[in-house]
Amino acid sequence: MTGMVALYIFMLAAFTGYEVISRVPVILHTPLMSGSNFVHGIVLVGAMVALGNATTPLEKVIGFLGVLLAAGNAVGGYVVTERMLEMFKSSRQRGGTKGTH
Amino acid sequence: MPGWLSAGLAIQASYFVTAVLFIMGLKRMSSPVTARSGILWAGAGMAVATLVTFLYPGMSNYGLILPAMLVGGVLAWWSGKRVAMTDMPQMIALYNGMGGGAAAAIAAVELYRGETSGYVSGSLAVAGGIIGAVSFAGSAIAFAKLQGLITRSIRFAGQQILNLALLGATLVLGALVAAHLNAAAGVVTGFFVLSLVLGITMTLPIGGADMPVVISLYNALTGLAVGLEGFVLNNAAMIIAGTVVGSAGTLLTQLMAKAMNRSLGNVLFSGFGDTGGEASGTVTGSLKPIEAADVGVMMAFASKVIVVPGYGMAVAQAQHKIWELVQLLIDRGVNVRFAIHPVAGRMPGHMNVLLAEAGVPYDLISDLDEINAEFETADVALIIGANDVVNPVARTDKSSPIYGMPILNADKA
Repeated sequence: MTGMVALYIFMLAAFTGYEVISRVPVILHTPLMSGSNFVHGIVLVGAMVALGNATTPLEKVIGFLGVLLAAGNAVGGYVVTERMLEMFKSSRQRGGTKGTH
Repeated sequence: MPGWLSAGLAIQASYFVTAVLFIMGLKRMSSPVTARSGILWAGAGMAVATLVTFLYPGMSNYGLILPAMLVGGVLAWWSGKRVAMTDMPQMIALYNGMGGGAAAAIAAVELYRGETSGYVSGSLAVAGGIIGAVSFAGSAIAFAKLQGLITRSIRFAGQQILNLALLGATLVLGALVAAHLNAAAGVVTGFFVLSLVLGITMTLPIGGADMPVVISLYNALTGLAVGLEGFVLNNAAMIIAGTVVGSAGTLLTQLMAKAMNRSLGNVLFSGFGDTGGEASGTVTGSLKPIEAADVGVMMAFASKVIVVPGYGMAVAQAQHKIWELVQLLIDRGVNVRFAIHPVAGRMPGHMNVLLAEAGVPYDLISDLDEINAEFETADVALIIGANDVVNPVARTDKSSPIYGMPILNADKA
């Protein structure tokens, strides 16, 4: 893609992130931080490509570490976010006790 | 070559689907009702993107990629499953740091190879490299502090000057690397070493109380680094996901800093508690020693009780007992509400998670703005393991480090 198109994507994505978060209640701040932490685990894709194209031993070692770290980011981020949000599910099923909302 | 072309098309289409799933997932995570499906959507997006990347043309080293994914994934899965809910903040810091390290590693592979396609691409790789490395080292320090591995905040005179000098030196080396696309390997190594040192020295002086803001900041920085490396690799999924997290994380960081009455500059460049030397002042009001049984009687015959939980309750794992108590009170017809200060627990929303773990329905939980007026009509305010968030000093004493922080008006009950 050309530089200008890339710049447009950058701008629109930045506004999207801002908008998506701006309406979040405090109750979900920590899970959402964890969720966004999971989303940037997409770096795994880039690390795979970098290691996949590595040729020298040095590149391979760094690429290996990159994939390992990125996989940790993605998997760990998913597990802890899922664990936190699972509790919100159970509270909905029980819901309606004495709500004001 | 049709096979090549269709693989490329499949990859582009899948990355598009991934970007949509990520944004939809984050959107669903912003409401308690749909939050749980949000992470499933985002997870599906990640699975699609990861699988389709194996089709990338010209890839080799699958014998290295698969073991690396397996080792990293299994370790993270294992640690993520067994960590206690109270320790979530430092685990988020740890996983976030790993993402930053991965972004820096991508930059390192590209820069050592010296084949980035032009100065723009080289500069982006350098920018993503320094941000990722700082986030990696800084998050590691944040994790060590919250985990109790580092207990002291290390500060000395001229520290900020040293940090500025380090930043300057790192930027100079980065500019050298970006300007000479075939820079000597030594310069690239020096650049990354300095970036890592900078991340460490930046984070060491920051006190534990400010760590949530710092972790959130590094989360945003990692997102930005991932986005920048996405430009280098021409990878749309990385650009969009990284940038969305970068901007969302920046907003989240600002919200947290505001809730704690700290500006971001304060957090990064001054030690917490430096101003609170003389917190004298006579304590007004009375402290009545009270027996547990009396408390029980008071609450049983009250018509409205507001519970103010703090991190102390979570450390003592008391939230389950509190919820049992509250259920008893509700059965007696008492109106019970939970009042959560924005920074109760270790970061905004952390206390909500801990209460949810104990089974407290989220419609009983109110935040600062909703509940503050209600303290005047409440009969009893039960404060468990919380201190700063109900301290009236924040309204009156300008020398207190928490002056001006919005508090819960528990003293008015």
